Amino acid sequence: MSTTIASRSVSLHLKRLESESIGIIREVAAEFRNPVMLYSIGKDSGVMLHLAMKAFYPSKPPFPLLHVDTRWKFRDMIRHRDRIVERYGVKLLVYTNAEGVARGINPIASGSQLHTQVMKTEALKQALDQWDFDAAFGGARRDEEKSRAKERVFSFRSAGHVWDPRNQRPELWNLYNTRIAKGETIRVFPLSNWTELDIWQYTRAQDIPVVPLYFAAPRPVVTRDGLLIMRDDDRMPLLPGEKEETRTVRFRSLGDYPLSAAIESRATTLDGIIDEMLASRTSERSGRLIDNDEAASMEKKKREGYF
Amino acid sequence: MITYAPKHVTVSSGGADGPAKGLLRFLTCGSVDDGKSTLIGRLLYDTKLILEDQLLALERDSRKHGTTGDDIDFALLVDGLEAEREQGITIDVAYRFFSTPRRSFIVADTPGHEQYTRNMATGASNSDAAVILIDARKGVLTQTRRHSYICSLLGIRHILVAVNKIDLVDFSGERFHHIVGDYLGFAQSLDFASITTIPVSARFGDNITQHSDRMCWYDGPSLLEHLETLDVERALEEKPFRFPVQWVNRPNLDFRGFSGTVASGVIKEGDRVVVAGSGKESTVARIVTADGDLSDARAGDAVTLTLADEVDVARGDVIARADSRPEVVDQFAAHVLWMAEEAMLPGRSYLMRIGTKYIPARITSLKHKVDVNTLEHIAAKTLGLNEIGLCNVATAAPVAFDPYTENRETGAFILIDRFTNATAGAGMITFGLRRATNIHRQSLLVDKASRVELNGHRPAILWFTGLSGSGKSTIANIVERELHVHGAHTYMLDGDNVRHGLNRDLGFTDADRVENIRRVGEVAKLFVDAGTVVLCSFISPFRAERRMVRELVGAEEFFEIYVDTPIEECMRRDPKGLYARAKEGKIKNFTGIDSPYEVPENPEIVVNTSGATAEEVARRIIEALRERRIIG
Repeated sequence: MSTTIASRSVSLHLKRLESESIGIIREVAAEFRNPVMLYSIGKDSGVMLHLAMKAFYPSKPPFPLLHVDTRWKFRDMIRHRDRIVERYGVKLLVYTNAEGVARGINPIASGSQLHTQVMKTEALKQALDQWDFDAAFGGARRDEEKSRAKERVFSFRSAGHVWDPRNQRPELWNLYNTRIAKGETIRVFPLSNWTELDIWQYTRAQDIPVVPLYFAAPRPVVTRDGLLIMRDDDRMPLLPGEKEETRTVRFRSLGDYPLSAAIESRATTLDGIIDEMLASRTSERSGRLIDNDEAASMEKKKREGYF
Repeated sequence: MITYAPKHVTVSSGGADGPAKGLLRFLTCGSVDDGKSTLIGRLLYDTKLILEDQLLALERDSRKHGTTGDDIDFALLVDGLEAEREQGITIDVAYRFFSTPRRSFIVADTPGHEQYTRNMATGASNSDAAVILIDARKGVLTQTRRHSYICSLLGIRHILVAVNKIDLVDFSGERFHHIVGDYLGFAQSLDFASITTIPVSARFGDNITQHSDRMCWYDGPSLLEHLETLDVERALEEKPFRFPVQWVNRPNLDFRGFSGTVASGVIKEGDRVVVAGSGKESTVARIVTADGDLSDARAGDAVTLTLADEVDVARGDVIARADSRPEVVDQFAAHVLWMAEEAMLPGRSYLMRIGTKYIPARITSLKHKVDVNTLEHIAAKTLGLNEIGLCNVATAAPVAFDPYTENRETGAFILIDRFTNATAGAGMITFGLRRATNIHRQSLLVDKASRVELNGHRPAILWFTGLSGSGKSTIANIVERELHVHGAHTYMLDGDNVRHGLNRDLGFTDADRVENIRRVGEVAKLFVDAGTVVLCSFISPFRAERRMVRELVGAEEFFEIYVDTPIEECMRRDPKGLYARAKEGKIKNFTGIDSPYEVPENPEIVVNTSGATAEEVARRIIEALRERRIIG
């Protein structure tokens, strides 16, 4: 039998959130034929995976993890992913949109919108179809963004992975409607009611490992459109007039490296991150370039199948 | 108001990992102009939960869509969907999060329009308290009464009445007290545990997070202060122990645990428990979690129980303490809120979800519907979208429950449309109907099997469906004659004939059509039990009812025969002159004219009458019955 997952005591508030999420995760395992947990390597995915380990203890989660690899993640993220898979002893599937790669889609030449559409949204839909998954967990939280605040915990997708925000199933009590017809799928968000602060406080209380990029360290960055972008490899050429400099930065949110802006910070520990957050006056997604493309841009991406 | 001292502390007392007081879920209700979204925006803003980049986006949006001139329109912060921003109204429930050093909050921002009653009920179903906004200029309105009734129906015990826009009535104490008097007058009947009234201005922040110095006549708490101190947490722990089993945990042969979330009450290691449905008893051996075994588990805790004995337990079962069991019945009365475009029809089969169990269920009768504006009871045959009614409900097998007013976790259910899988209704059980518990089925000495043996053929329902004039009865008649020749015991139930007797009291509305088919189905089932081949010739336009009859008997015993004659041909034949009269408007709800026919999706037999005579068609049906060994 595996050993108990180490943890310190958590506040009543975090304990309630934890129980709610565990209930949601178990529900999916009990009701769906072939579920999968999207694992994006970030802090939210870390908490979600930790909760899944707790939910089924002493069993292992009865579903695999899926990482949609755009091939532009920070190298640190991939290393962290592989460590985590080994540590938790779970099955990981990795999917890359080969057609997108063949077409030469990338965040620098193709622009963030097309890259995200092809390498994330399309790739995700292809992966779900290829393995015939009928339910997919995502780590999205309602506090991240306005259209996410309106989304259900069990979010129905018609055939073709389409989300219709005007026609969502009412979700009363904890009586989730898990019924779907063939070809339809459900996206499930166990962290719906968590906030960014909850995630960090829980990560600290439970000693959940996170990618080192969340902690401040001297890193090579360039300033582009007023944002600090880290050159993680030499696929990102310097524009005329740009020069790389070493600054002490960290990331609040991790995605593809050319699309994730860093912030200057001195927070080198979880305590430091939490203190900084409590004092911060900007939201975590402000560093995500893809969100700022247009006003209702998240709703639009979500309708098309983005998580 | 009652306050609780925590009896048992299993968790750290707040500090760096969050506030000590735990979580309060509340909803806000009020109509478009009451300033509901403004109130939430103000709460977020004053508790510094709106961040700089969000504020920038808000200023940009306020100029584009805003309704507050040069000021920031806080409503735009919460109305997240494009359609909502364009129309300036809240359509869907949005959840917002904020916390103060004393407590964390989840706010369900719900729409106030009558056509979004279901969305408000959704927000209310998970809330412990409600903030009801009243416009100080308008006072208690119809919608105030509606919102209060829905809150009360959904089991919310604590009401905060925020009399908003008090700045627009010159901060008048007299006006405030007048409104409060009105409200308390009608809310007395709604059984709330506490009602608190506060004068506020959401737009300017008076009495929202801080005391206003513009109303010296008011010395009560600010809205936030009240929310921070409201006590709701312990209520569920004091109810009897209920544990709906979610998932059976079997990592290996040595471990068999039952995973789930404690719905109510407290359970300790060594407590005597019972599986509510089967009545089998055992003792709690361990309370397992990934953080180690617990000595007890409380309402809201997600745990895994192991029992001392090998007891049959599956997902959907409810484990309870042996000394306080839930009711287990297959018929009960419940308030149902209808949430689908397609009306609720008594008699139709829906899929019920109660706790972790899915089970087929029917509304057997609609006692009355409630006018949500006047709370009057109105006689009705169906429930439309957003309507609420008191119903009798029958489930396919007994289920464990507690009345909703006693336990929100075990007294609630949803109804799912079996074809679209949409969540069509939400129900709150009021009480069990005893007659189900007390009528035990009589077991008989001669059963179906012995009758089948004597008859020498198997029983079946041959269900002929199709438009009026399609040839159903003509074909069925010939089929019966042939079966008779083959020595089969037969009986014919014909739509027209049945309506002269058994179903004389029914008309042709959707609700009556459903009941018509339900009764015929039950009669046909008795004939099958008697070993007979029963031929039923009914237009039966709805898939749901044909499926209902199909499920009454065994899978091998139901033959859906779709008599597929085009409507043009039926109209040309018009043997009873009905189409002609329907087209003149003399017959209402005529299938194919002003009432729909839903074509069968997977009938056992499809017959096309255009290219064949009735005799030929009947012969093919007989052959099909022979292939399936109904007759020899």
